[in-house]
Amino acid sequence: MSNEIKPGDVLLDLEDVSLSFGGVKAIRNVGFDIKKGEVRAIIGPNGAGKTSMLNVINGFYHPQEGTITYKGLKRHDMQPYVAASQGIARTFQNVALFRGMSTLDNIMAGRTLKMHKNFFWQMFYYGPARAEEMEHREKVEHVIDFLEIAHLRRTPVGRLPYGLQKRVELARALAMEPELLLLDEPMAGMNLEEKEDMSRFILEVNNEFGTTIALIEHDIGVVMDLSDRVVVLNYGQKLADGTPAEVSSDQAVIDAYLGVAH
Amino acid sequence: MAKTRQEVAKQYVSDTDTGYYYCEFFWEGNFLSIDSVSSEDTFPKLLLRNAKKFADRPAMREKDLGIWQTWTWADVLDEVRCLAIGLGELGIKSGDKVAIVGDNRPRLYWTMCALQSLGAVPLPVYQDSVAEEMGYVLAHAEVSAAVVENQEQVDKMLEIGESYDGIKSVIYDDSRGLSKYKVDGLFSFETVQEMGREALKRQGVEADWLAGIEKGSGDDVAIFLYTSGTTGQPKGVVMTMENMVWVARAANRFDNLTEVETVIAYLPMAWVGDHVFSYAQSYEAGYCVSCPESPETVVADRREIGTTYVFAPPRIYENMITQTMVNMEDASDLKKKMFHYFLDVAKSTGEKILDGESVPLKDRLLYMLGEFLVYGPLKNRYGLSKVRVGYTAGEAIGPEIFKFYRSLGINLKQLYGQTEAGVYITNQPDGEIFADTVGKPLDGVEVKIADSGEVMFRSPGVFREYYKNPESTKDTKTEDGWVHSGDAGLFDEHGHLKIIDRAKDVGKMNDGTMFPPKYIENKLKFFPNIKEAVAFGDHRDFVTCFINIDLVAVGSWAERNNVSYASYQELAAHPDVYKMIEENVDAVNRELSGEELVAGAQIKRFLILHKELDPDDGEITRTAKVRRSTINERYGVLIKALFDEGVSSQHIKTEMTFEDGRKGVVEGDVEIRDMTIYPPKGRMQEAAE
Repeated sequence: MSNEIKPGDVLLDLEDVSLSFGGVKAIRNVGFDIKKGEVRAIIGPNGAGKTSMLNVINGFYHPQEGTITYKGLKRHDMQPYVAASQGIARTFQNVALFRGMSTLDNIMAGRTLKMHKNFFWQMFYYGPARAEEMEHREKVEHVIDFLEIAHLRRTPVGRLPYGLQKRVELARALAMEPELLLLDEPMAGMNLEEKEDMSRFILEVNNEFGTTIALIEHDIGVVMDLSDRVVVLNYGQKLADGTPAEVSSDQAVIDAYLGVAH
Repeated sequence: MAKTRQEVAKQYVSDTDTGYYYCEFFWEGNFLSIDSVSSEDTFPKLLLRNAKKFADRPAMREKDLGIWQTWTWADVLDEVRCLAIGLGELGIKSGDKVAIVGDNRPRLYWTMCALQSLGAVPLPVYQDSVAEEMGYVLAHAEVSAAVVENQEQVDKMLEIGESYDGIKSVIYDDSRGLSKYKVDGLFSFETVQEMGREALKRQGVEADWLAGIEKGSGDDVAIFLYTSGTTGQPKGVVMTMENMVWVARAANRFDNLTEVETVIAYLPMAWVGDHVFSYAQSYEAGYCVSCPESPETVVADRREIGTTYVFAPPRIYENMITQTMVNMEDASDLKKKMFHYFLDVAKSTGEKILDGESVPLKDRLLYMLGEFLVYGPLKNRYGLSKVRVGYTAGEAIGPEIFKFYRSLGINLKQLYGQTEAGVYITNQPDGEIFADTVGKPLDGVEVKIADSGEVMFRSPGVFREYYKNPESTKDTKTEDGWVHSGDAGLFDEHGHLKIIDRAKDVGKMNDGTMFPPKYIENKLKFFPNIKEAVAFGDHRDFVTCFINIDLVAVGSWAERNNVSYASYQELAAHPDVYKMIEENVDAVNRELSGEELVAGAQIKRFLILHKELDPDDGEITRTAKVRRSTINERYGVLIKALFDEGVSSQHIKTEMTFEDGRKGVVEGDVEIRDMTIYPPKGRMQEAAE
């Protein structure tokens, strides 16, 4: 077993990762690390490879080159089920919930990996399966309480406004009790008030549970306020890496965002 | 009986100088036994009694993690004891004022009793006020500590602390988000209770506490309630133990409320209504108070609890109807037809059945079918299936709304109350319900109509004074204890009080027609699309009004009709929305034309406001009463345009406050519509006189 990782130690380390789809190079030799307990932002213009980067981390894409070291274990690539069982959870840029199911069922789905009783037991909802379900339900209720969505328990998520769907998606990810939470544009399409709520939840998840968070976000104000360190990507390459202050004064970053006169 | 109670009392009063004795006399002599008053004249004493008498009965419930948790009266005593002694350890002593800020949480209710047991005064504050507004109240009352719900409120306390340094300690209920705060004097609720538990191990601590409670009397200050006030700065109403215990007792007797009732506490704790209903009456009768999981789950929670007694301002009832009508729009045709058919049945027979009048068998059977198909499920939805007594108070309810609930078989009644009276002044007795009156004076309350038409009242529940405001106290309360209500009213032939309007709001139009704004506004507000209305017409040639659309109802309409909009402002200005509202205003005008007194007060011109009236901007109070002076000030341009018949559109720029206290500006053009005025029907001559 790997040693216990303490806050401040490197939780995830990416080295020289390259990913291409046919002739398109989505990521070119990018390397950065995520330390336990921090909020790490990944920013960059459209098409910079941010979402691809998250997909590499949770094993949805397999990079052609490079290594991923997670919890001290070096791999060439991740497998999605390994990522999930090792404590990596994520939300998606476009909400990916089960629209016909209630909020509660959606969040319970986040506990799937932690349920151990077999199908037969569960079918009859009896004895150990029942005890297990109740134990999971309690965890889910804590998440519901935490994200203040008690009034939506029984509502089918398809009927919820977009901002709340995003919150339910975060709840499902949190129900996994993740160590590393990947958030893909958690605030896209939200109004100011919803953004403030979401920012508060992200900070509280980070503070209260010590969950490490990697997030992609376009709202620079939000990124600067929330994150401890920022990595900037552009055309699949790493442009800068550092604290929000360092990054925002970096000339290459300013050029990439604002354009530069040739 | 040789003399009526009133006559004896009057004689007694003339023998003495102050009205105070009159109250005492009344109290001992007539309807309350001396024992029950002298032994438990404070809430901590009532708690000790309940912990013995109702030890195993539920006192408080709260839904936590989706499951109802229950505390019995014995448990509550234990919680209150630890907390009180812990607060004492923190240095809170007799005479201190302590703010209580948050949603309805069991712990905040316990705090009230814990403070009272120490002789300290609880001061509940509207939890959604911004820091600046809260700061005024806290500084004015000179609070020395605050017990708050969560991080949001702790942040406000810290902000207030920058300008007012009296707050020595802040105690919070929910520790979430607060683990990293390094502030002196910040304690969690658990810590304080733990301090109390430690102290209780010492010899004599508990005995001292009990002795302190024993020493308390009806003369002690029970609570400060700051009135939201439709005018000026909030005023701190000082209520004594005697006031509150008396009020609770009188109200419980009136409706025979006992320990078996169950209620849900969801109204702001700073509102006198909630304080009496969820605290005073509960302690007096020993009934159970349930706290909802969150403000959004009240209806679902009420349904699970099955409350037997409800108390709500008209706004709550209006919202429920709006929600129902909106949902029915999405229902299938069959359901829609059934719903409307049986609502009509209920309209014609429901109230008669409720009042025990004779109804033909056919109608009765039809009503029973309706109960099975529509009313029962509807009441269940509202969580009102088990309601025995329901009250609406705070301001006048629209007669249509009131009748709607009664026709479903819910015993909804009206009462007339004020903070200064500890709520109850008049109540409607069972079987004597009229939509346009507010009932008879409660036993022990005297009501008279002053020459000016103003309603005045006097009772043992009448407040002691406005804190640090002798001038206002003198203006409101006469030497012998009569209180000016500020409302114009009259007694009808049944001896029921009828409130016309805020006395200062009722105006006269230039042609002499009476102009009661509230009356007109309530008619408008019955339509689900209209959330708020403000009518103008005093000293004018005709009546005009502002309208706020209801975003839930109109939003749902927009969704069904593929109308896209980005903001309230955009939706409000939509031509089709104007058309809908125009139909509503037209219907109100038709109704007004049929009422002789107000036929001349039909709405001639109206506009839909570009922003919602908001308590954060001071336009309405926290309990949703319109502040007319503020509105006149902020929307002067629009009012001018309304009365200038040549103008059909007006540009306006308004500052607005966001929830966190930041300010922004909304501006735009507001369209004004002209309406048809109908000739008065019926006895025209009399109306003109």
